[in-house]
Order: sequence, then structure tokens, then C-alpha cells
Amino acid sequence: MTPIARRGTIAALSALAASPVHAHLVETGFGAFYDGLAHVAVTPADLLVVVAIALFAGQRGRGAARLALFALPVAWLAGGLVGARWPEATAWPLWTTLTFAVAGALVAVNAKLRDAGVALLAVVAGLLHGLVNGATIAPAGATPLALAGAITAIFCVTAILSAEVTALPAGWPRVVVRVAGSWIAAAGLLMLGWLLRPGG
Amino acid sequence: MSPTGRPEGESCPKRVSANGNPLNASATGVARRRLVGTLLVLLALAPAAAWAHEQTGQAAGFLAGLAHPVAGMDHVLAMIAVGLWGAVLGPPAIWVLPVAFPLVMALGGVLGLLGIPLPGVEVGIAVSAIVLGTMVLAEARPPLWIATAIVAVFAIFHGHAHGRELPEGASALLYSLGFVVATGLLHAVGILLGVARRWSAGRQAVRIAGGGVACAGLFFLWRAIA
Repeated sequence: MTPIARRGTIAALSALAASPVHAHLVETGFGAFYDGLAHVAVTPADLLVVVAIALFAGQRGRGAARLALFALPVAWLAGGLVGARWPEATAWPLWTTLTFAVAGALVAVNAKLRDAGVALLAVVAGLLHGLVNGATIAPAGATPLALAGAITAIFCVTAILSAEVTALPAGWPRVVVRVAGSWIAAAGLLMLGWLLRPGG
Repeated sequence: MSPTGRPEGESCPKRVSANGNPLNASATGVARRRLVGTLLVLLALAPAAAWAHEQTGQAAGFLAGLAHPVAGMDHVLAMIAVGLWGAVLGPPAIWVLPVAFPLVMALGGVLGLLGIPLPGVEVGIAVSAIVLGTMVLAEARPPLWIATAIVAVFAIFHGHAHGRELPEGASALLYSLGFVVATGLLHAVGILLGVARRWSAGRQAVRIAGGGVACAGLFFLWRAIA
């Protein structure tokens, strides 16, 4: 198996590992840190936004990837702490769907955004999803530790994916990244339809 | 014999990287360690043990979404034909069409979900198989924007049909994701089949496949009208 095929297999397997959205924190049995870590992996909206931003940052090069690597988890943490403090005001499925749909679309069109623009996108997405995460995690208790787990997962996924994409050669491997972005954007569009449909 | 068991003078076959550069043993080891590390991190992110509560909606989740486009032969053939036509057109259409199709199909899906009527959906789907199959059969090479527009128009019909059929109570996002991934994989099947065009017999086989899709489209059209 070629390195690119291996990476593709890994990405596909990790995508398949995502499970339905959980209204509350998943209990892994390993403690709050790992519960938070697993929360990102089993919450598709969170996983998709992280993947989309990591792919986009990787597309835009090392500078953007380095900014996104820190901007996304830090913003997520900040949003999470606010969301945990005021959990009642943070049920925004429309906005969280919109963030990963937009990020996926930017990957699909290979948008030429500046590094600061990528960082801004990461901050906005991080704050928004962090707010929702914080509100979700708060009732389970041990919020700081669970949030630490969540942002660790986000940091790892962003680091791995953006580094891999940054190192990809031109041609098919980069086309595959754009196709992945179009799939994320399309799933986001459909999700918006679900949310906006009458009685939805 | 050398300590490695090879006859003296016979060198160890050199491993090369994907881009053709020589890869020494330490580089291979580093690459393997990176791969194992990546796998371990990803596995750590997806622990499946000891869920605190039963997961519901799985049946109507990702796998159901994945199975949905495959359930209808009209959809399957049209999706594969998009990939085949992309292979006929070559770069950049080979990837522009599969990128454009899911996005526009999702727009059609949104129309279906919102209950916005679209006349002649089944006829449109049948015509998509006829037109796309004919394009492959004739090895038609219109300008990229025309090819994209043709595919996009038909994608609306396919998306609308799927949007109306999406089940209640499903894990919406995972269902949507599975549905989009299945569509994309069907395009990929078409593109991979299109690789056969490198050989003259394969080229004819791809054209025949296009003709088959067009014939099936005629059947679907007859069924939609009758």
C-alpha cells in the first residue's frame, strides 16, 4: 500500500468511527479527560469542523496551519469555559452546521484565504463549537478536565491532518482533499435542510 | 554469503519512496513509526468501550445513509456514469464533476427536505442516465462549464429525490454524511472503471458501459412515464 493510500485508509476509518451526536458527555470509563477526548470523536459536527479547518489550514500552507493549530483549540477552550458557565444559551445547531459547511466549501474550492483569515475562521468555529461543547459537558461535571480532553483531541487531529495536507504533493492527493471538503460541505447543506424543514 | 543471507556481491534491493527517491532503512522505520503513531492517536480518539448509554438511531445513521443511494439502480448508474464521463473528459473535469455533483445534489436535497416541489423528478433522473450514458458512449468532450452545468442540473433531480426520501428519526448529520460519501464513492467507481480507457479494448468497454447506462436510462424513463 502506498503512503497516500495508507493515509486515505486511515482517514476513511477515522471518519467511519464517528457515532451519532450525544446530547451529553460520553462516559468512557477512563475519567473526565478521556470523556472529553471521546466527545469530539463521537460528535460528528465537532469532528467535521475540526477536520475541515485542519484540511483548509493544510491547503493554505505551513503558516496558516501553524496559526490554526493553536487558534482552534485555544478558541475552543475559551468558548467551552463560557458555555460551561452559561449552558442555557448554547443550543445553536444551525450555526455549528453552518461553520463546518462553510469550512468544507472553502476546502472544496481551495479558497485563497490569507493566514489571518484561516486563523479567524478557526477562532470563530472554535468559539462557537466550544460554547456548545461547554454547555454539553457542564452537566456531567469535571468541566475543565473534560474540556482539556476535548481540546487535546482537537489539537491532535488538527496537527496530524494539517501537517499531512501541507506535505502533500500537487496533483491527485490534493484533489482528494478538495473532494473531502465537498463531501463535508454537502453533508452540511443537507443538515441545514434537515434543520430548516417544516417541523424539523 | 553475507550475514543477511544474500550471496556476496548481491546488494539489498533499494526501497524507493512514492516520488522515486531512494528510501533507506531508517527512513522506512520512521515512516512506519509515524503510521503506527497516527493509528494509535486516531484509535485513542475513538474508544468504543463502556458507553454510558445505549446508542440509538444507528440503523438510520451513517450506514443507512451509505446504503440509501445504492438502493436505487437509477441513481447508481447515473453516479457511475458521472465518474466515467469525468474519466473520458480527463483533467480537470475528472475531479471537477465529482466535486460539483455532491454539492449541487445537496442543494437539491435541501429543496426536497423543505418540501419545495420539483416537477418531473423521476423523469429527470431517467434522462440523466440517458444523457450521461450517451456522453460516455459518444466520448463527448464539451467545454468544462457545459459538462459541469449538465451534471449540476441532473444533480438537483437526484438530490431532490433523496431529500424527499430521507427517513424520520435518523441521525440527520450522519445519515447525510453517509449519503454523500456513498455518492462520492460511486463516482470513484466510475473514475476507476474509466482507467480501462488506457487500453484500446478498455476504451471500447467503457463506451459500451456508457451505452448500457443510456439503455437502462431509457427503461427508467419508460417506467417513470408509464
